[in-house]
Order: sequence, then structure tokens, then C-alpha cells
Amino acid sequence: MKRILVSIKRVVDYNVRIRVKPDGSGVITDGVKMSINPFDEIALEEALRIKERGLAEEVIAVSIGPADCQQQLRTALAMGADRAVHVQTDAVIEPLTAAQLLKALAEREGAMLAILGKQAIDDDCNQTGQMLAALWDRPQATFASKVEIDGAIARVTREVDAGLETLEVDLPAVITTDLRLNEPRYVKLPDIMKAKKKPLETLDPATLGVTPQETIKAVQYEPPAARSKGVMVKDTQELVAALRGKGLI
Amino acid sequence: MNKILIVAEHDGSKLNPATAKCVACAQSIADAEITVAVLAADPAAVATQAAQIDGVSRVVTVSHAAYARALAAELAPTVAALATGYSHIFGPSTTFGKDLMPRIAALLGAPQLSDVMRALSASRFQRPIYAGNAIVTVEVEAGRQIVATVRVASFQPAAAASSAAPIEAAAAPAALPTHTRFVSVSAARSDRPDLQTAARVVSGGRALGSAENFQILYALADKLGAAVGASRAAVDAGYAANDMQVGQTGKIIAPELYLAFGISGAIQHLTGIKDARTIVAINKDAEAPIFEVADIGLVGDLFQIVPELEKLIAS
Repeated sequence: MKRILVSIKRVVDYNVRIRVKPDGSGVITDGVKMSINPFDEIALEEALRIKERGLAEEVIAVSIGPADCQQQLRTALAMGADRAVHVQTDAVIEPLTAAQLLKALAEREGAMLAILGKQAIDDDCNQTGQMLAALWDRPQATFASKVEIDGAIARVTREVDAGLETLEVDLPAVITTDLRLNEPRYVKLPDIMKAKKKPLETLDPATLGVTPQETIKAVQYEPPAARSKGVMVKDTQELVAALRGKGLI
Repeated sequence: MNKILIVAEHDGSKLNPATAKCVACAQSIADAEITVAVLAADPAAVATQAAQIDGVSRVVTVSHAAYARALAAELAPTVAALATGYSHIFGPSTTFGKDLMPRIAALLGAPQLSDVMRALSASRFQRPIYAGNAIVTVEVEAGRQIVATVRVASFQPAAAASSAAPIEAAAAPAALPTHTRFVSVSAARSDRPDLQTAARVVSGGRALGSAENFQILYALADKLGAAVGASRAAVDAGYAANDMQVGQTGKIIAPELYLAFGISGAIQHLTGIKDARTIVAINKDAEAPIFEVADIGLVGDLFQIVPELEKLIAS
């Protein structure tokens, strides 16, 4: 069966204003809205579109983390994923551990593709997809803005600093998504009901032969340095005078 | 002794300025011995440039026809092989480094720190998280090899050296994977400076209203010798190309002068510009959040102000 693996990370919602705890021990996450990482939603949407074009048969959503991750997996199932795998753990999961777990699942499922968000909007790491590709010893096409599946290959257009780069990769492969790959669909109420009946498997990391390692300890969190308040000018002439005064033009 | 290997970014003939910024980051670590690795089809020219960066003690070159294109799957195994004996492996936080460095880290079984903005010691670093809304200080377990991408906006490039470092050729890799093939790159090449390294940047938001209206910003940018950037809203609306996006998921820049026209200042955008020396905001909404970070603010209609500005600068 042609399967696509999609990773789903539970993160603080995009619209929440992040605040650092006064004691510097972390950011405030209590009572804050949690969502699927937006790049992962794009990854899932792309997987669903590939399946809807008849180029894949099953889309599997995977999340790694505490019990609450199942909320995001249910949302993924409501969007259209066929089944979900929850690797349940309360351990700190570094990108390398996430990649090891996803590699074990990609091999178990014989996945033709693993599609991941290019980065999570909480830790902004941008590592897991590339690490998965290395451990799996498969191609990577990161920061994708267009994906075409053509038999045993994928043609992927990537957003790079210089512009748009197109790569051709043999399947199986890892693709990470950029913002403009697609616009994820909205979940409809009947789909939420249907999603409750879809299979959701729970595993622990040890079942997949992985022991989470914490090699990077967060010592201190702090808010970014604030920029000092500037001045307002009343018209273009004053603006030009201010810029000339600072020697900027 | 901290032995630091830096992966050079280049286009085959010119070293990218991001590399000298990685050297600056490495130099801030005590007792560092810095090596730059140049992987290219013909590394000579780039290696010569890398050897002239202050603080570099050695340049290692690897020559292979495949390296005419920088594909992570082909570069990573070679860098991982070179990395034996090094305590740190650094690359820039450009799309080149973001693509490549985690692949190297995984091959080495090493943790990666992304977007390092400050090295406090050989094992303690600061990096932004949550779109720059928090800065975290991290300590890497003792004895671990550390892979990192260096946030280029946080460092000034290392100076030129008075004498050039020695250049040594390393053995070419035996076999490279063939599962990844370069097809094409379409770059909207212009005569304007590169957005990521430009000293001046003129940037537009959704208020521009159309791709045609963006032309007034290009005209102003040309008068100023500036690069042109855009907010995510403007790019999503199709007014500007994808590679012009400035912000959390686009380019993080640190120009001397940033002129923001019709950009409201979403937190994700501000993340991309907060290291700019001077931020100028022009917006018709006096309540726009961009004014909270602007050094100079002007409330008004950009369609009137841009041409006025262009005229006044010329005079």
C-alpha cells in the first residue's frame, strides 16, 4: 500500500501572544490555546491532495508527546487522515529523537513519502525533516512550494534564498513544507464526528526502539530586548531631515 | 581547545558573506581553532577568499563535480566525514545552512542548535524561539559534538586577515548518493543588492494593493541603492515574489536602514527586522504596531509619501 506519513506537532496557537514567565523558567502555556503547528497542517493538506489525486492510498498522522497530543491527532483525522499514531511520552523530545521515532515508523509503514512542516512555530528549530532523511538514508526536499508525484519520483520546487529551486528525488523521500505550498482545508462538523471512529494507535518510544535523550538543557528564558521608543515626524520633509541627520541617506 | 569547522556557503566562485559571520560567532568562543570547509566543483577561488578571513587558521577543500550544485544529501556525508575530531560544526542560518546542517547533525548523532545569536561559552548559547518572542539560553551536555546554524543577522562579518591561512585539499568522497537531482533554479535576478546583506532595505506591505503599485518602491529603492522586501501579507497577495518575504519564516535581516511602507507590523514580521539599525515606518494607521518598534514614524499615505521621498532624496 502506498502510504504517506505526516507529522503533527501540538504547539501554542499562532495567534497567542507569547509571554515569558517572570522567573525565566519558560513561557506561559497554562490555559493557552493549542493547535496543530501551521506548517504541519500544510503537510497534511498536501498528503491528502496527493491521495485524492489517486497517487497514494493511505495518509497516517503521527504525533509525539503527552496525552493531549491526541486532540491534534483527532483534528488531523477530521481533516482527512485515515489513521493516527500517537507516540506517547512526557519526555523532552529533541528533533533528533523525533527523527529517530519517525524513521522507525516510516520503515514500519513502508512509507512512500514523509511530509513534515519545515519548522515548528514554538522552538523554530527547522531540523526534524532533514534529520529523518539522513537517518532513513533517503532524499530530502525542504521548504517545498510545489510538489508533483510522477511514478517513482517527486519533483519539488523549493523556496531558497536565491528564488525557486526545483529538485527531482527518488521515492521514498522526505518533503518539508513552506508556507505557500497550499491552503489547508477547514474541518467540517460531520468530519469531526467521523474522525472519532477512525483508528488511533498509541505507542511508547521504547516500542519503536528509541530512548529519548535530553542533550540540550534550557537554562533560562527571557523576553527579547525591547527597542527604544522612536520619534514621530509630521511629513516627508521632516523624515528626510531626520534620515540626513543620522547620516543614513 | 575548541576545534570549530565552518561549512562555507558559496555560489561556485564567490564566498557568501554569511560565512564570515559564522567565523565571527566561532571567534566569540574562547580558545577556538577555526577551519573552513569549502566543498565545490572547483574550490580554488572560494578557498582563497575563505583563507583571508581573520581568525581562520585553515581551509580544507573537497573537490567533486557533483558539488557544482549544493545538494544537502550529497554534501552532508562529506562534511560528516571531515567533522571527526571537531567539537563544533557551524553553518549559516540561510536556506543553504538550514537545509544542510541538520542532515550533518543526524549523521553525526549530534544535537543541533538553530539560529545561534550568541555564544556564551563553548557549550552555552542563546537562540530565539517563538518567532523571537523569547530568547532561550541553552547548555549542551558536556562531551557532545555540537552542530549549529549561526543567525547571520546577529553577527558582523569577521574582518579580513593580514595574512592568508593555509589551504589543504581533502580526499574526494568515494561515492555520493544519486537519489537527489538538481533540475533548475529560477531567480528573479536583479541589479539590486541582495536582500539578506543589503545595507538599506525598502519594504512594502498589503497596503501597496497590487504588484504594479510595488513599482514605486522599486523606483525608490533604486534611488537609495536599496534591496526590496515585503511582508508575508504582500507576498501571499501576490504583490511580491516569495524570496522577498521578511519575517519569522522568510528572511531575517539586519540592514542599517529599513523603510517599511504600509506594513502593519505583525510579530512574525518584526522578528525579521529587529536587528535593523534604524527602522522607519510609514503607515496611514497611527495605531499600527510597527510604530512601537520604529525609530522614526510617519503617519500618512504611502502613495503620496513615496514619490515625495524619491524627489527629496534626489535633490
